[in-house]
Amino acid sequence: MTTATTVQPAPAASPISFRQKPSRAKLIERIFFWIFRCGTYFIVLCSSFIFLTIAYKGGQTVFQTSFPFLNMEFLTESPQTLHVFEYEGQKYEMSDQDFRAFREERGVDISTTTYAHSGGGIWPCIVGTVMLVIGSMAIALTLGVLSAIFLSEYSRPGRVLNAVRLSILNLAGVPSIVFGIFGVGMFVLAFGWGTSLMAGWFTLAFMVLPIVISASEESLRAIPQGLREASLALGASKWTAIRTNVLPYAMPGILTSSIIGVARVAGETAPIMFTAAFAIRDQLPWEGLDRWYDFFFEGVMALPYHIYVVSAKIPQNEYTERMQYGTAFVFLFIVASIALASILLRIRMRSKYRW
Amino acid sequence: MSLVADKITLNRPKQSTDSMDSDSSEQARPLIRVSDFDFFYGDKQALFDVNMEMMENEVTAFIGPSGCGKSTLLRCINRMNDLVDVARIGRGTIEVSGANIYDPQVDTIELRKRVGMVFQKSNPFPKSIYENVVYGLRIQGINRKSTLDEAVERCLKGAALWEEVRDRLDTSGLSLSGGQQQRLCIARALAVEPDILLMDEPCSALDPVATAKVEELIHSLKDNYTIVIVTHNMQQAARVSDRTAFFYLGKLIEMGQTEQIFMSPNNEQTEAYISGRFG
Ligand SMILES: Nc1ncnc2c1ncn2[C@@H]1O[C@H](COP(=O)(O)OP(=O)(O)OP(=O)(O)O)[C@@H](O)[C@H]1O
Ligand SMILES: [Mg+2]
Repeated sequence: MTTATTVQPAPAASPISFRQKPSRAKLIERIFFWIFRCGTYFIVLCSSFIFLTIAYKGGQTVFQTSFPFLNMEFLTESPQTLHVFEYEGQKYEMSDQDFRAFREERGVDISTTTYAHSGGGIWPCIVGTVMLVIGSMAIALTLGVLSAIFLSEYSRPGRVLNAVRLSILNLAGVPSIVFGIFGVGMFVLAFGWGTSLMAGWFTLAFMVLPIVISASEESLRAIPQGLREASLALGASKWTAIRTNVLPYAMPGILTSSIIGVARVAGETAPIMFTAAFAIRDQLPWEGLDRWYDFFFEGVMALPYHIYVVSAKIPQNEYTERMQYGTAFVFLFIVASIALASILLRIRMRSKYRW
Repeated sequence: MSLVADKITLNRPKQSTDSMDSDSSEQARPLIRVSDFDFFYGDKQALFDVNMEMMENEVTAFIGPSGCGKSTLLRCINRMNDLVDVARIGRGTIEVSGANIYDPQVDTIELRKRVGMVFQKSNPFPKSIYENVVYGLRIQGINRKSTLDEAVERCLKGAALWEEVRDRLDTSGLSLSGGQQQRLCIARALAVEPDILLMDEPCSALDPVATAKVEELIHSLKDNYTIVIVTHNMQQAARVSDRTAFFYLGKLIEMGQTEQIFMSPNNEQTEAYISGRFG
């Protein structure tokens, strides 16, 4: 209320009120706020339920109350048949191996109820999964980083490049069972590798490749153009510039995303079911080899497939449930450790290179 | 003609072999010659028929309003524009000591070793000060500690940075102040022992004190290097350069001795721009 010529001082008597007034807009705001909030809490609730169940039930298998507090049999033995029997009025649960020793010692024949896969432990599965992860990661990183460097540093933008990118993206949407079938057709049958570590490595690597390539491209793009230009202006060749001033700084990002990607496919059962995993194998991968390179052409046991076997392929009872949850717990722990390691790695490398 | 062979010619004592002796300079020899140069980004023409010469051991300043193609021409001199996918030359040549640098035979690596560049935004590598300076040597496979130590001291002194950083050569180049970073980038460029230094607005991010240091540095570098500098600062151009070239809308409007350009420009547009009555 001012005129062009004279400016009146604002009337001090009526200060502007900031007090809230009820309104429609505010009501809607509140409703949506609660919808969003409930959605988030629901997800948190679901995932904590899953994790807690696995941790609680799996913990009973993995931990024990007496020294050394870890169920060493479960962590270090192969899966075996469980014998449940009564002997001299006492109830025993024993893995096959222990049972034989027990029987030998007593020199008597004892009648037992047996449960397949419910005794012993999961050591070969842990070994197999770790090997699958390491091998497929090495392959995926090598192929993925190479092609990412080509795509983002060397190739000229255009229709061809877009087509390549699009097909890589689409690859990420292919269901894992398709990769499994592809692996069987390509590696197991056509290449004649059989059900083997190699076939599993390549199948898993192909599955994780889209993640590795996109992550690598993104990390490479995040490196300031100035670093490349500065290197080139000092007489570096393109590859020298990339090797010395792009890759080292992109590596933390590439590694973290790739490791998380690998941790995720490590949990897939479908791609290894037909290519690498055995339901049971007596020997560890490095045992009983004729030639050293047979190592690559032997199948392994793996945690996700083991979970599948003990929870879907054999008769269910209280003893198999222990195995299921124990295995799931160990598997979760391994995957979480891998993810954690990659995060720590990133923090370390980030603090080393900063711009 | 190979660029390596030319280097020998270059380091010979000056002699007036070239018939192209322009105006008042008695013994200045053109080291860079741009002839009939047209340059495009895609369909958009950025440079129109540029003809100019830059003299050995002189400072040439490029001035002109934003977007007139100063950086473009500068980046053409060490073929930095090769990195831009859409960039292409329409017509003309750029010669460095007589050799056409856009000849297919030319090795861009050799060219860039001889034509160093300092960028507008200082861009030290996220490495130690020491490693920043010796980078250009290391990639040539020079790894002898004594050679590198010697180069670090010489180049940092050359870039007037030695006294400030001699005690912390192993700290990150990024821990330096903006002005120090820019001088580090200059030191890094000196380590390769180029003949020509291209500087694209080297002081645009610096405060007056740091700017004065860099300008002083440019003065002292003139004896050993041929310098081309892009600047938006008229006083700076007047202070540091021997010759000034004024660009407008991709065309070289006027070029001459700096005093002449600033005191008595021949062209109206030049006069308008220099006196700040532009556009
Ligand atoms: N990479 C590129 N792709 C396409 N066009 C470009 C590219 N770089 C520059 N241009 C265009 O070329 C013209 C000249 O740009 P240039 O960077 O040489 O100007 P400049 O004189 O250096 O300006 P400033 O003083 O702002 O740095 C501008 O119109 C710009 O839009
Ligand atoms: Mg510019």
